[in-house]
Amino acid sequence: MEWFDAFIVVFASGMRLAVPLILACLAGLWSERSGVVDIGLEGKILVGAFASAAAATFTGSVWLGLLAGVAAAVVFSLIHGYASIDQRANQIVSGTAINMVADGLTALIGNAIWSQGGRTPQLPAHAQFGAIIWPFANEIGAVPIIGPIYQHLISGHDIVTYVAFLLVPLTYWALYSTRFGLRLRAVGENPAAVDTAGISVRGLRYGAVVICGVLVGLAGVYLVLSQEGYFQPHMSAGRGFIALAALVFAKWRPWPALGTCLLFGFLDALAIRLQGAELPVIGSVPVQAIEALPYILTVVLLAGFIGKAIPPRASGIPYVKER
Amino acid sequence: MAAQAPPAIELIGIDKSFGPVHANNNVNLVVERGIIHGIVGENGAGKSTLMSILYGFYEADSGEIHVNGEPVRIRSSREAISHGIGMVHQHFMLVPPLSVLENVMLGAEGGPLLAEGAGAIRKRLAELGREYGLVVDPDAIVGELSVGLEQRVEILKALVRGAEILVLDEPTAVLTPAEADQLFEMLRVLKSENKTIIFITHKLREIMSLTDRVSVMRRGEMVATFDTASTSPPELADAMVGRKVILKVEKGPSHPGPVALEARNLVVRDDRGVARIDGVSFALREGEILGVAGVAGNGQSELLEALAGIRPLSSGEILIEGQPVPAHELNPHMERLLGVGHVPEDRHRVGLVMAFEACESAMLGFHREPVYGKGLFYSRSAIVSDAEKKMDAFDVRPRAPLLRTANFSGGNQQKIVLAREIERNPKILLVGQPTRGVDIGAIEFIHRRIVAQRDAGKAVLLVSVELDEIFALSDRIIVLCGGRITGERRPEETNAQDLGLLMAGVSERAA
Amino acid sequence: MSTPLKPLPAWADVALIPLVNVAAAFVISGFVVLAIGENPLEAVQSLILGALGDLEGIGYTLFYATSFIFTGLSVAICFHAGLFNIGTEGQAYIAGLGAALVALHFGFLPGYTLAIAAIIGAALFGAAFAAIPGYLQAYRDSHIVITTIMFNYIASAIMGYLLVNVLRKPGQMNAETTPFGDTALVPQFHEVLAHFGITWPVTPFNLSFLLALICCLAVWLLIWRTRLGYEIRTVGANPTAAVYGGISPARVTVVTTLLSGALAGGVAANVILGDQHRLILEFVGGFGFVGIAVALMGRAHPVGIILAAILFGVLYQGGQALSIDMPKISRDMIVVIQGLVVLFAGALEHMFRRPVATLLARRTTQPPI
Repeated sequence: MEWFDAFIVVFASGMRLAVPLILACLAGLWSERSGVVDIGLEGKILVGAFASAAAATFTGSVWLGLLAGVAAAVVFSLIHGYASIDQRANQIVSGTAINMVADGLTALIGNAIWSQGGRTPQLPAHAQFGAIIWPFANEIGAVPIIGPIYQHLISGHDIVTYVAFLLVPLTYWALYSTRFGLRLRAVGENPAAVDTAGISVRGLRYGAVVICGVLVGLAGVYLVLSQEGYFQPHMSAGRGFIALAALVFAKWRPWPALGTCLLFGFLDALAIRLQGAELPVIGSVPVQAIEALPYILTVVLLAGFIGKAIPPRASGIPYVKER
Repeated sequence: MAAQAPPAIELIGIDKSFGPVHANNNVNLVVERGIIHGIVGENGAGKSTLMSILYGFYEADSGEIHVNGEPVRIRSSREAISHGIGMVHQHFMLVPPLSVLENVMLGAEGGPLLAEGAGAIRKRLAELGREYGLVVDPDAIVGELSVGLEQRVEILKALVRGAEILVLDEPTAVLTPAEADQLFEMLRVLKSENKTIIFITHKLREIMSLTDRVSVMRRGEMVATFDTASTSPPELADAMVGRKVILKVEKGPSHPGPVALEARNLVVRDDRGVARIDGVSFALREGEILGVAGVAGNGQSELLEALAGIRPLSSGEILIEGQPVPAHELNPHMERLLGVGHVPEDRHRVGLVMAFEACESAMLGFHREPVYGKGLFYSRSAIVSDAEKKMDAFDVRPRAPLLRTANFSGGNQQKIVLAREIERNPKILLVGQPTRGVDIGAIEFIHRRIVAQRDAGKAVLLVSVELDEIFALSDRIIVLCGGRITGERRPEETNAQDLGLLMAGVSERAA
Repeated sequence: MSTPLKPLPAWADVALIPLVNVAAAFVISGFVVLAIGENPLEAVQSLILGALGDLEGIGYTLFYATSFIFTGLSVAICFHAGLFNIGTEGQAYIAGLGAALVALHFGFLPGYTLAIAAIIGAALFGAAFAAIPGYLQAYRDSHIVITTIMFNYIASAIMGYLLVNVLRKPGQMNAETTPFGDTALVPQFHEVLAHFGITWPVTPFNLSFLLALICCLAVWLLIWRTRLGYEIRTVGANPTAAVYGGISPARVTVVTTLLSGALAGGVAANVILGDQHRLILEFVGGFGFVGIAVALMGRAHPVGIILAAILFGVLYQGGQALSIDMPKISRDMIVVIQGLVVLFAGALEHMFRRPVATLLARRTTQPPI
């Protein structure tokens, strides 16, 4: 059973690594389903992370930290929204700008305030989200198979993790079972149809952009308040782009997004685990190969070699009313 | 019928301009309740603009709208819907990946949760299916439906929203004849339920067989309204075409030589895979102008693109001077080398690059030729002087090769295209809508140059939706309808009414 | 719906609007400086002094500018074809591999032909790495923006693996290759000037700068004076017209990305062959992304790119001095400015168009005094 325990450990760590991916991926899903392409997820994770770290440091409150992180990411989302929706900008350019400003600004302000090269002070335990231990986790943990699954995979995560996993069915439900979701799916495919049905294209897209900001802000909050306990420049480390890859891979659908993010998180955990390890038969696996796998898989998928990922038809195209 | 009730729609003095284009000029229209009212007119007559104003997509610059006798302001589609107006657009306003039910619900969901309204709408769809024969599977994905069914979904969308007045914009343009017959059947049933239907078309056959009253638009104005029973296709065609300034082009008899271009059984499909040219054959001789008449959207564009090598042939053969052109040579570059010049229908989107200097637009397609510089680099002076030569030859104003293409007037832009294609001395000249959006002076000039090409022994194929242009220039006319040739005439043996009927797909013996 | 704008006069379009946009980026940057409790004017002074105050500063400024010219050209040439290449970063990185492989294994080449071969190697590797997303865009319909983002990370993984496991100098901890031989280097200016008896402080500023200027001229000639350039611009401005004109947009896409990747390779010439003299991890350091800002600010024109690259060179070098003078303003400030330039000169480029047009209209309708 040694391999099983090892598997559980890697899987549990993969789950934790997947949480920010899931949040950012769902954020991208909301935005792009409405027709606003968002390559600025990476930057908004950083903004959310930094604002939550700063607020939690100053107030000592984890909840104010969460609020600040989400609010800051929403502000950046709205800048992108204004450029994309009202100014009909090139959304790629706008997203690139958001990434750069976020990357620089968080490090700059962090350094200006705490003079530690942009790092924020370590938060005390009460200003972080703690693990929630489910009833009898330790007792049941002794039971073979089910025990470790209960103890390590189901129990023992923090609130943001549970929220992230709950957001998947919630997104699914909102997208497919609510009026807003229907309109949102429609506006990303054919905004003229929405307009002629008497619904505001602009309003819907702004709504989606705000939701995107909330979710991607949570991803940043998670990095600081659930994982590290401090902010560090560039700490998003490409997660925003992996989330983007996962979104393409999941073909802009919530459940496959969860699966893909778990897969990518698991690959990441595996890469950490296999660092320097010698495997039987294969020998040592280059960690970089596993790290690059999500990107390679996404390129292969985009090229139509395994199925075809077709983005929402109107994504990236500003809506201009015309004949 | 219902003589005492106020009319369903009354439009008074509607005026709308888009920049310099006066799309609707003081338009008045009365549509009585419970009838099918047709609106006919040529392309660009202003029908769609008028209906977009009625549906709140545009706001009129001035004028009044009365619905059921009450003056109303319609500033958005939502307001139009609330006044009981529904519209079936020419390009369907549907979301292909969504189901029929979802498309119908969009904007009429009946509550924040879909489940609340879905049941009611499902029921309503079933009712409408029973009442009007409008049966569609509510769970089918719209993108997988046939065009006829998609249109049915559009109609259902309007009815579910409680439309009492239904506007259909060119509804048969995309339908097969069988689908069109089904549509007419549905519309008659709707009429019998006291719905009012405004039916926009340019097909006279449909007007005659379907409508109760018909209004004719021409160049942004409403020129006449008839009871359908008391009018005739010739009278309508006359009103549609009007007494335009007859552009007389000095033109001697033609002296056709050997066949320069031959099309054999061409089949050309559009991007959706629909055959837009369906078994067309003709021969074009040196020293003649062959006019291709037809209502826009009947395959002329695809024919022109296929002949120019832009759109691939699905089947059939093109022969240039008796030699079949192999498929791999059917591209614009090879065709230019074979001596085919092409003035495309749309100079903005296709024929010119608006962002370029005029001299650069004036070499598009010929940019590989050694006149523009023999070595690795272009010679700027060669490009500019070549453009100046062309501009002189075609009297382009201003004579400014360095001015951006977009800054020239429509007529002068068109002259640049013509100069480019003609000055390279092609054997065959394909010309699409040569005078669309061009001022009168330039029209005359362009017409004279096209005739001059013929007199120089060139084979000219002229595609135009302007009948006078076809009459003024052609030595021989073929008429396209639904991707097929419905007739061939000599201009001296025919008239506008006769061609109008051929264009409408009425059989050969008519008129 | 807004009323259509009257076209602006050409001078306003070419010069005024871009200047207003860039000015907006700098004004906001000033507010950022103010917000973290420093005086923006003093900051500018310190920045300019650090970048241009002495020959050493100027040397470093031009060294950075050289890289930015290359990445700016790389991004700009794709703009002309209507393509957004975010992959300049990764292409430059892989180009470093090409430079290093030639420098380390082609030692038999006589004299400075080795350095030239290494530069060619860099260009070829950069081009090849860019051509894959180009090909996928042209023939497999996958969006070049997404693929180039992915390729940046793939480049990073490839280089990380190779430097750690394959190319690393034996018995060394750092992930870097053995130093190149003397003839594989691009000479630095202070060495060259020493031949003429001129002393110039030791800086990494090297002859790649001349190569960059030559590339600017070459790109200008290519875009505005050759058939290929004409085809590239036609595809970028109006793909339908391109097809009508017998131009294959797919072919042009692939060729343009090849050229773009080759230009990105210039960074490897400048940094690897001109300064580091060995292949190191992450030597591109975000210069590829600076290229986006440079290309947007320079309006994809080589002259504009040179000016924008020098401005960013000043920011990068001066930013270092600034971070010493005013420790609160770390070098991250430069990334903020870069982002704001992309935002205002790129995404929001039309935001000031209406106010400027209104202002100009008002001025011209005033009665003459």
